Amino acid sequence: MAQHKVIGTETEYGIVVRGDPSFNPAIASSLVVNSYPGARVRLQWSFEEESPGRDARGMGHDAYGMPDPESAVANSVLANGARLYVDHAHPEYSAPEAYDPLEAALYDKAGERVMHRAAVAASASSGRQVSLYKNNSDGKGNSYGAHENYLLSRDTPFTDVIRYATTFMVTRQIFTGSGKVGRENDRPDVDYQITQRADFFEEEVGLETTLKRPIINTRDEPHGDPSRYRRLHVIIGDANLSEVQIFLKVGTTALMLAALEDGALPDPLDLRDPVTACWQVSHDLSMKEPLDLDEGGTATALELQWRYHEWLSKYAEAELDDPVWKQVLDEWERVLTLLEADPMRLADTLDWVAKKRILDGYRERDGLAWTDPKLKALSLQYHDVDPAKGLYQRLAARGSFRRLFTDDQIEEATVEPPTRTRAYFRGRCVSRFPDSLVAANWDSLVFDVGEATLKRVPMMEPLRGDAERVAELIDAAEDAAQLIERLGG
Amino acid sequence: MSDRERAQSRRREESESSEETAKRTESEADLEALDELLDEIDEVLEENAEEFVKNYVQKGGE
Repeated sequence: MAQHKVIGTETEYGIVVRGDPSFNPAIASSLVVNSYPGARVRLQWSFEEESPGRDARGMGHDAYGMPDPESAVANSVLANGARLYVDHAHPEYSAPEAYDPLEAALYDKAGERVMHRAAVAASASSGRQVSLYKNNSDGKGNSYGAHENYLLSRDTPFTDVIRYATTFMVTRQIFTGSGKVGRENDRPDVDYQITQRADFFEEEVGLETTLKRPIINTRDEPHGDPSRYRRLHVIIGDANLSEVQIFLKVGTTALMLAALEDGALPDPLDLRDPVTACWQVSHDLSMKEPLDLDEGGTATALELQWRYHEWLSKYAEAELDDPVWKQVLDEWERVLTLLEADPMRLADTLDWVAKKRILDGYRERDGLAWTDPKLKALSLQYHDVDPAKGLYQRLAARGSFRRLFTDDQIEEATVEPPTRTRAYFRGRCVSRFPDSLVAANWDSLVFDVGEATLKRVPMMEPLRGDAERVAELIDAAEDAAQLIERLGG
Repeated sequence: MSDRERAQSRRREESESSEETAKRTESEADLEALDELLDEIDEVLEENAEEFVKNYVQKGGE
């Protein structure tokens, strides 16, 4: 039986200081992170258990093993279990571990609220206007990531992941894109394309995330018991604003990975050249571009997605009880059907379509060419997290997007952790014992309870530390010392 | 044709025929809604688009 798919997303936000084109992005990002006024603890992120340089194919890579001193400058853990920090030149929100795709979408959305409040506070304290963008490209050849993480069993051979997941990742772009004007990175010229990220992918498989980006990233850093788990680190996705789209992206991918682990994908559907196909899919607004298959012949991204839909429908029906998977499959079917009939009918569901609808409207009304700066400005402004300025935020507020959550639910998710994963323990400890927490990591918390040594609580099981197991313990403990004592340490 | 393909093609036909008549009024309503939307966006649009785009430069990340 497949490993339960714990899911987490991480997003680097674009940052701008108005009126100061030469601002230092690392300093501005630190200001944003350190200004966040919500419930959190600022602390050291412990690197001792992390190993981003370890390769799932069995190779080592020492150069990646060192802690990054820049990242230690501004780091905090929020009451919802998320991590808010500076990653190089961007503020980053890593959502808490979610139990299912709905929860993963909710906590991804909560990140936008967190970032907006941090930007408002940073603007107030600095006297400058700091703006944040949930996107992945500056349109000038620089990309920053929106990554997804899925828990896999250590028993799943990584060669199977490479073999069976590649075509899925390339073809899912038709519904994971957030839309971009033009091309980057010397790709073929286009007016508009489906994704922000496709132009930056250059390899099929690899360890890199900042150059020569691979479709399948091999980082082997489970953030849990390494003898039991893998964590698939997916870097080929766009940051999305549409709630339904985030749900669909992580839901279909989690379902595909579960089926992969259970041997329920009958065919790898190998593409002859996955990297070229990656750009082809993103550049093809007609949904009709034939992709060369390794065994000969061609298929479109849509046709390949229908194959996965068919297999995964059967798999879910036979193997999975949770109704959330039916919701994933129904939404997937709806989206594929409409992409086939007329993609523009998904302007209330997919970011790339909603954005294109606005740009087409401006082109028509004002007679603008695709190269007009106004269209590029609109395309960037779509992603502004400010509810007053961000075009997605305006569309959602006026009811032009299908929603999964109320504003109140998203607001609550900025302070309340998920209840069915270890994020519960982390988040509740931030709320209850902020002064005793001195360091944190995805799989441990370190407390100072006034004794000679610090107390480290390991959290190597992503599905333990949930409310059912620890809520009473945390609520009943008067202080961190008592909690540690009752935890048996 | 597999069951699924038959179901898909049936679904497509149904949605096409049942929406044929409503299409015209719907698209007119759509246009009106889009005009309204563009007017609303005009109010909040970055004032100097060219400068805004020029100054939007990010360092690579990840």
